[in-house]
Amino acid sequence: MSTRVFIPRDSGALSVGAEKVARAIATEAAVRNLPVTIVRNGSRGLYWLEPLVEVETPAGRVAYGPVSAADVPALFEAGFLTGGRHGLNLGLTEEIPFLKKQERLTCARVGITDPVSVADYEAHGGYRGLRNAIRMEPAAIVEQVTQSGLRGRGGAAFPTGIKWKTVLGATGDQKYVVCNADEGDSGTFSDRMIMEGDPLVLVEGMTIAALAVGAAQGYIYSRSEYPHAIAALTEAIQGAYRAGFLGPDILGSGKRFDLEVRVGAGAYVCGEETALLESLEGKRGVVRYKPPLPAIEGLFGKPTVINNVISLASVPIILDRGAAYYRDYGMGRSRGTLPIQLAGNIRHGGLVEKAFGVTVRELLYDYGGGTLTGRPIRAVQVGGPLGAYLPESQFDTPLDYEAFVAINAMVGHGGIVVFDDTVDMAKQARWAMEFCAIESCGKCTPCRIGSTRGVEVLDKVMAGQDREANVALTRDLCNTMLYGSLCALGGMTPYPVLSALNHFPDDFGLPAAEPAAAAR
Amino acid sequence: MPPEATTAEPWAPAVERALAAHKTRPGALLPILHEIQHALGYVPPAAVPVIADALNLSRAEVHGVVTFYHEFREQAPGRHVVKICLAEACQSLGCEELLAHAKARLGVELHGTTADGAITLEPVYCLGNCMLSPSLMADGEIHGRVTPQSFDRLTAELREAR
Repeated sequence: MSTRVFIPRDSGALSVGAEKVARAIATEAAVRNLPVTIVRNGSRGLYWLEPLVEVETPAGRVAYGPVSAADVPALFEAGFLTGGRHGLNLGLTEEIPFLKKQERLTCARVGITDPVSVADYEAHGGYRGLRNAIRMEPAAIVEQVTQSGLRGRGGAAFPTGIKWKTVLGATGDQKYVVCNADEGDSGTFSDRMIMEGDPLVLVEGMTIAALAVGAAQGYIYSRSEYPHAIAALTEAIQGAYRAGFLGPDILGSGKRFDLEVRVGAGAYVCGEETALLESLEGKRGVVRYKPPLPAIEGLFGKPTVINNVISLASVPIILDRGAAYYRDYGMGRSRGTLPIQLAGNIRHGGLVEKAFGVTVRELLYDYGGGTLTGRPIRAVQVGGPLGAYLPESQFDTPLDYEAFVAINAMVGHGGIVVFDDTVDMAKQARWAMEFCAIESCGKCTPCRIGSTRGVEVLDKVMAGQDREANVALTRDLCNTMLYGSLCALGGMTPYPVLSALNHFPDDFGLPAAEPAAAAR
Repeated sequence: MPPEATTAEPWAPAVERALAAHKTRPGALLPILHEIQHALGYVPPAAVPVIADALNLSRAEVHGVVTFYHEFREQAPGRHVVKICLAEACQSLGCEELLAHAKARLGVELHGTTADGAITLEPVYCLGNCMLSPSLMADGEIHGRVTPQSFDRLTAELREAR
């Protein structure tokens, strides 16, 4: 009998040599005349162990990693096809503490299944949510999503059910479901992991959304920087069409839903939903005024559901297990789980899906194991380039939308970028302004001009030129951007800048702040 | 513009193919530009009027889209394109030093092409490989935990691959 060996096709695994390892294993197995079936799965999210190779044994899947192509002959010698002992043997994958302590709902199948196999997807509980939804009235589907407490995982945390209800109630000869897969925030990769590791859960979630609001066409807008995600999605969508889960007659219901992937072109601002819609229409990715909301006048002026990858990928389990099952995870008004991404200077970087409520400290130390460089953690940026920098004194904050708002920070898309004590926070503040200047769509003045002036004034602060006055000017400028920008790009760039100023005044050549001043 | 004037251009067949494949799709412009750039490595400015005409858009609208998106180029790049991630996660593990090394080794600034036409160096803001920083993308393939040494090996391989 052929042994199943799992080698990820995830781009993170590929970035450290998974393709060479796959070729070496295939070659070595052929030379030794051993029957091996190689499955190209997603990543389990334990990236410091990639390429992580798993072997299916009667006791369960046994992991080896990080494997290089040069290790392959020795692995065969050690009998790794039957879980043999070897320096790289990590034991049963499911028992690795980093993974065992997680609560994987949205990412339940990532790293386990063959991402592009509809049969494998169904064998692991896939399409049960859609099968339930197809027997329900649209309003009842929307009600389930509302009751689950699911909020937009792209960063804005708007209740998904309310958004869907607006689209359901809107009149239009055509409605759309759009997936925002323009995951541009540094430190985030959970959308990518879903698209590469379990794309069908996204396809299923979008199909359920389409049934719920009466849409017949869907688009997934992904980034050009994600070629492997685009390939896996495209293959998965083709499989879903062949199996009757997409197309003119979904599961014999007579309902149509068509879905295609569209690719961005390297503009960060297209992660903003209205800029994304403009881009999908073939225009410059310039932000629109709201209202009208996309739910009323979205893509091509039609009512449109636009949700992040993780939001949509969380829908199938809600329709499968029920709203209460999902809602029972979490804390306060943050219900369910969040796929958190540990990134940057971290020893154990990767994906941690946990119920809301886990603290930053637990994530950094219990999961992340501290920095990769072995130096103390000085600051972490949560929520991408528009997220606040947190000092050590805030590490006990739980991952919860409201708890983060209370400290002038944001959970965002759940990415955490770690910096050690060599970081210069004034430089990071300047970078936030510089990035905003590079990526501004140019529509509103506070963002377009403010970001460039921000770089200039911070240069003066860093050069020690009239420091007090220029810091005051920086704060004033941040205030204008916060309240005067059209979208989150200009409106939230002040978060990293102000948090760096407030929590790390030394780096700006300022005396340590009074606690009252730091709270501003 | 009479169509005969453009068909002699070396880029014309690629542009015609992209237009034929996509022009009836809703929101066709980005798919068209992607296909042209995939075929030619860039979007020739002289093709802008042809694209505008086919989509019933103004030249300004097409030019606006080509120049808005960082990805689209108006000149041919080198034979290989190396994009170094300069976003926060990669900053935390020294992408600035990596960039300085790359510039010195290749003798180019960002967006520049080496004298032998082999490699164009570009910035990119996040490749979603933030747990294996610093990262770069070489001809569409992502590389993680890049060091100056592995950068040199990679660029040597690219040069050999021609």
